[in-house]
Amino acid sequence: MELVVCIKQVPMVSELPWDPATGTLKRELAEGMMNPACRHALEAALQLKARQGGRITAVTMGPPMAEEVLRQALALGADEGLLLSDPAMAGADTFITSRILAKAVKQCRPDFDLILCGCYTSDSETAQVGPQLAEELDLPSAAFVEEIDMKKNRLIVSRFSDGFIETLEMKLPGLVTVSTQCYTPRYFSLAGIEAAFPDGAPIRTVRAGDLGLDPESIGVHASPTRILKVYAAGADKENIVLRGAPKQIVDHLLNRFGDRIGGAMGKDIKKNRN
Amino acid sequence: MNRKNEIWVFGDYRNYFQNRVTLQLIGRAVELAKEIKATVCAVVMGHDLDEWIGEYMAHGARRVYVVEDPSLKEYDAETYAHLTARLAAAHSPEILLVGATSFGREFAPRVAKRLNTGLTADCVGLAINSDGLLVQTAPSFGGNLLADIVTPQQRPQMATVRPGIFKEIPHNYEAKGEVIRIPLPKDIPARRIRLIKSVRQTQKPQKIEDAAIVICSGRGIGTQKKFNSLYELAELTDAEVGATRPLVYAGWADHEDLVGQAGKNIRPKILFSFGVSGAIQHTAAISGAEFIIAVNKNPQAPMMKMADVAICADAGQVCAALIRELKKRIR
Ligand SMILES: Cc1cc2nc3c(=O)[nH]c(=O)nc-3n(C[C@H](O)[C@H](O)[C@H](O)COP(=O)(O)OP(=O)(O)OC[C@H]3O[C@@H](n4cnc5c(N)ncnc54)[C@H](O)[C@@H]3O)c2cc1C
Repeated sequence: MELVVCIKQVPMVSELPWDPATGTLKRELAEGMMNPACRHALEAALQLKARQGGRITAVTMGPPMAEEVLRQALALGADEGLLLSDPAMAGADTFITSRILAKAVKQCRPDFDLILCGCYTSDSETAQVGPQLAEELDLPSAAFVEEIDMKKNRLIVSRFSDGFIETLEMKLPGLVTVSTQCYTPRYFSLAGIEAAFPDGAPIRTVRAGDLGLDPESIGVHASPTRILKVYAAGADKENIVLRGAPKQIVDHLLNRFGDRIGGAMGKDIKKNRN
Repeated sequence: MNRKNEIWVFGDYRNYFQNRVTLQLIGRAVELAKEIKATVCAVVMGHDLDEWIGEYMAHGARRVYVVEDPSLKEYDAETYAHLTARLAAAHSPEILLVGATSFGREFAPRVAKRLNTGLTADCVGLAINSDGLLVQTAPSFGGNLLADIVTPQQRPQMATVRPGIFKEIPHNYEAKGEVIRIPLPKDIPARRIRLIKSVRQTQKPQKIEDAAIVICSGRGIGTQKKFNSLYELAELTDAEVGATRPLVYAGWADHEDLVGQAGKNIRPKILFSFGVSGAIQHTAAISGAEFIIAVNKNPQAPMMKMADVAICADAGQVCAALIRELKKRIR
């Protein structure tokens, strides 16, 4: 099988140092790591390859340092890496990212059978790139899959979907996004990569021009959305302080915020008439 | 193009009894529609749809676009996206809102791509600004920040929203509206995915990471008996109970319930925090909480500073009063 795994490098937030004065993350010190869901997708690909044979191409779009996640993918058992890196691609949103990935796959692996993506990234969580890539390449897709198998020439996947456990059969070529519930990723040693590729890692860097992409069509400006402003989530917090007898406090709380609390519970909380 | 000025809400009815996000979005759309003088419409596809058409009208939709056919009985993101994009191209709605269900999260990005328009995922707020644009507020950068996003040119302006953010309007079965039935196009592409089996999931026990309400307790709760009474409060509010490290070490709570750097990350809509000081190893894991109600004797505790509502009182007493009052008030 010709497998393509899309991988993103994300900041390793949980390991970030804290600023004890402000209690915030020192994000600029973030080290990159392979997005957790992408590791699950890669693991799913490795297991498919072990059963079906074939080749795995790992693709990432990002700054030059994103090559690191491709090296990890190779150490884990991917056969080739494709680094899509170009200043013109900086700031791409999901809409543009899926356009670039689609172009790269079409050009570099036109004979692919299956594309695997992580179901979402830990730094943005939109979960959009997979389905939009399927749309770009006119593929059937299944998002958030838990299990993948082949039966004759069809892919069989299962997933949890809105209270149902679904088993689906998909024609190939196709695309899946892999959830983080199954396919526990194996550990890798970077020493492995030197052994596997004594002549250097087979990683190819691809620029916007190589893909025939007009910089105008992939920059920040090409995105249909605009960010108006970014602000701290807590900045608008009122920090209301309540004191007094417990009963009074609770009355006040429920009269004022009962709707909000009830909304989260899916029940109505009556207001006291007073 | 002849714009009818409509706000569309995609009718996602599959798991209706657990998930009323469509009604919640219609509720919000009714508010937004007042500001841009738009008509709130629902779009629904599938088979045997009368029940949902009635529900959407009763909850605020004034027009319902319906594509009904036995072949649409099973949810299919690709087919539904194809149909929705065609309908939207024909009717040019200003706004299209989709619930961030498992289905919606696969369906909406496809529709947006087909229509060449923007999509903001998992919005926590929707409003109309002075330019008449839909301001889509979404968490960004790991949930510590919020971003206000607009789609200036392309139409429709699209957003997905998780269940529970907005409130549905109480039903009114007298409400009238227009039903527009669209025949299934003949040239609809064949399905490339076949549903082999679909089994209703047995209700899994709720996990603290997914809970809409979490009650988190720290050492300030005082006694194990008072700590245990939090489970009664949790039962009343459909909440999960979490704990800080001292309580786990004391054996009052399991390691499974530990909230913090060494335990679970949570992102509830409501976090009740009882007798927690707010050490960074704990608060690092609660930054995704949307609304925090903290109870602590010490108003200077960091946990009180980061709360929306800081209750300066004894944790055990407030818990007892909440239980008494909620029993009277919950309908
Ligand atoms: C490497 C490392 C990892 C850690 N990981 C975690 C973790 O994952 N999770 C975690 O929780 N901790 C973790 N800790 C521990 C953390 O630093 C704090 O010690 C812990 O969170 C404090 O728990 P607490 O708030 O319950 O207790 P305390 O800090 O003792 O706070 C008790 C609070 O209760 C208030 N109080 C007292 N009496 C009352 C009353 N009657 N009514 C109301 N309020 C009252 C006090 O004012 C005080 O604010 C970790 C520490 C380290 C070093």
